[in-house]
Amino acid sequence: MESFKKIKTIITPLDKVNVDTDQIVPKQFLKLVQKSGFGKFLFYNWRYDDQEHLKSDFILNDTKYKNSKILVVGDNFGCGSSREHAVWALQDYGFSVIIAPSFADIFYSNCFKNGILPIMLDDKTVERLQQETGEIEVDLENQIITTISEKISFDIDSHKKKILLEGLDDISQTLLYEKEISEFEKHSKIPSVL
Amino acid sequence: MGKTLFEKIWDAHIVVEKENSPSLIYIDRHLVHEVTSPQAFDGLRMNNRSVRRPDLTIATMDHNVPTNNRTLPILDQTSAVQIQTLEKNCNDFGIQLFDINSPNQGIVHVIGPQLGITLPGSTIVCGDSHTSTHGAFGALAFGIGTSEVEHVLASQTLWLEKPKPFEINVMGKRKNPHAVTAKDIILSIIKNIGTSGGNGTVIEYRGEGICDLSMEQRMTICNMSIEAGARAGIIAPDEKTFDYLRGRKYTPKNYESLVDYWRDNLKTDSDAKFEKNYTLHIDHIAPQVSWGTNPGMTCDVTESIPFPEDFSKGDQNQKKGAEKALEYMALKPGTPITEIKIDRVFIGSCTNARLEDLIEASKVVKGRKLSPHVRAMVVPGSQMVKKQAEELGLDKIFTDANFEWRESGCSMCLGMNPDILSPGERCASTSNRNFEGRQGTGGRTHLVSPVMAAAAAIEGHFVDVREMDLN
Repeated sequence: MESFKKIKTIITPLDKVNVDTDQIVPKQFLKLVQKSGFGKFLFYNWRYDDQEHLKSDFILNDTKYKNSKILVVGDNFGCGSSREHAVWALQDYGFSVIIAPSFADIFYSNCFKNGILPIMLDDKTVERLQQETGEIEVDLENQIITTISEKISFDIDSHKKKILLEGLDDISQTLLYEKEISEFEKHSKIPSVL
Repeated sequence: MGKTLFEKIWDAHIVVEKENSPSLIYIDRHLVHEVTSPQAFDGLRMNNRSVRRPDLTIATMDHNVPTNNRTLPILDQTSAVQIQTLEKNCNDFGIQLFDINSPNQGIVHVIGPQLGITLPGSTIVCGDSHTSTHGAFGALAFGIGTSEVEHVLASQTLWLEKPKPFEINVMGKRKNPHAVTAKDIILSIIKNIGTSGGNGTVIEYRGEGICDLSMEQRMTICNMSIEAGARAGIIAPDEKTFDYLRGRKYTPKNYESLVDYWRDNLKTDSDAKFEKNYTLHIDHIAPQVSWGTNPGMTCDVTESIPFPEDFSKGDQNQKKGAEKALEYMALKPGTPITEIKIDRVFIGSCTNARLEDLIEASKVVKGRKLSPHVRAMVVPGSQMVKKQAEELGLDKIFTDANFEWRESGCSMCLGMNPDILSPGERCASTSNRNFEGRQGTGGRTHLVSPVMAAAAAIEGHFVDVREMDLN
């Protein structure tokens, strides 16, 4: 995984609450066996009409937001299915930061596995950011969002921050604990299935 | 201070613990299916890694298997590739697979308990959010993403932040337990606490209203914990739990000694503290019907479609959400639920496709006929459920009434296989999610219990099943 750099772009405001992962990437695209190329399926039913033409009234189709890497959304983003395809689609489309009042748990942890920074801010701040038309800068190292008019600090768990900043491979880190895992297995009460 | 049941299981599975950091938690059971695993196995190959504990890993194919004639080839090429990929991956990495022709095939959350793979006090994960189902057995069970699937395959562990314990007390007794079901209890809970009410928590369901439920009904409750945003749901095991698992195909040989241990240890201490509490009284609850596009948008069958301003209670975002939902669902505020006509009925899914669900639904259907303008489908949760149901003659009851009787799988719960709604079709569904397009692009889903779905199938519109004669 690449390490997370400072991000500075305009934001894409998506004024919806409870956006579920079925909306982020519909089920017909979950049949693929690779991780890449999911960006074109992002918000598929909102972005395309029945003839697969782009709908002009959906915000992502406004060319103004073409280079935006920061999505600002409503409460409980990413609820529903555990499909990581949702995060692969957001990442492949070009988003690196998602700002919301809250995220669903599985979606939130999936973000960190794919180099996306999810930031939780209070409702009022999110609403203000959704109105922001200029570029904003997200600095993970210092946990600061800078807009033209203000600086907003955000919280993040230090372990998760490190994973993003250093682009760490989770599994190789875990396998350093081989001794502890083996020791645990010796005393486990739950037997094998077979 | 005492501990909650969830905290006891958590503590017993800590491999590495550091201050202000996630803990490394050991995973006892890993269930794998075709949709969320291919990229995880690819990751193992790319890094020359093996599966650490194939003996704790079980796979089946459920999400996109066809539910019609299984002797025919799978027509959808991408589905076929995904199914073949799982076969190859299980073969290459030495994992036990219940394939499309296995008598043990079925929805992963139906077969786990049926085969005795699900055990109290264990940690269970699967790349599927409805893994919470297994919490009905007093297991800590939750859904994970594909990166975590790879992590568990490689290390049999996960780095996890400890969720908060949330107590939901279900008090009282239902007047008519055949008409007011576990589905109505969990939909009532979600309606009240909201779809993010459980975020960051593990819900422990307690109280008389939970103890009274059978194991299959408890699974329906825990299954939909994720619909309230919770990481997991859990119910303390009791004699019903131990009886259910006794003598199943993979029940451990030392089962009785495990039961002795579980009986003494797997319960919340009387002085344990929960971070959150909610109490539902069920003496007077009615059958539930969802009207919107998330499971929190639900009301009693005796009510009418709410006005967005009443539903939102002053929250502008909720109001907008309700307006959009009603537009998508093509429903007008003030319309009585019982006046809503339906086109399709789906009785199936990991929420409500177990033997008891089918028995209860068949009582509504027996001796009656499907409404002429409705198409209805019964999809048993597993091949074992299908066989047991057929031994009881349930298939005959359903087909006599013109319902379709299918092979097992996830089917129209998420419409990854050919079982989907056409745009604009309205469905009474026993599944768990009424999201836009979930059951087919443009399809409109109303979540209900199996008896409510069966009753709607007969009448052609929603009815209060309490008013029907359930012989």
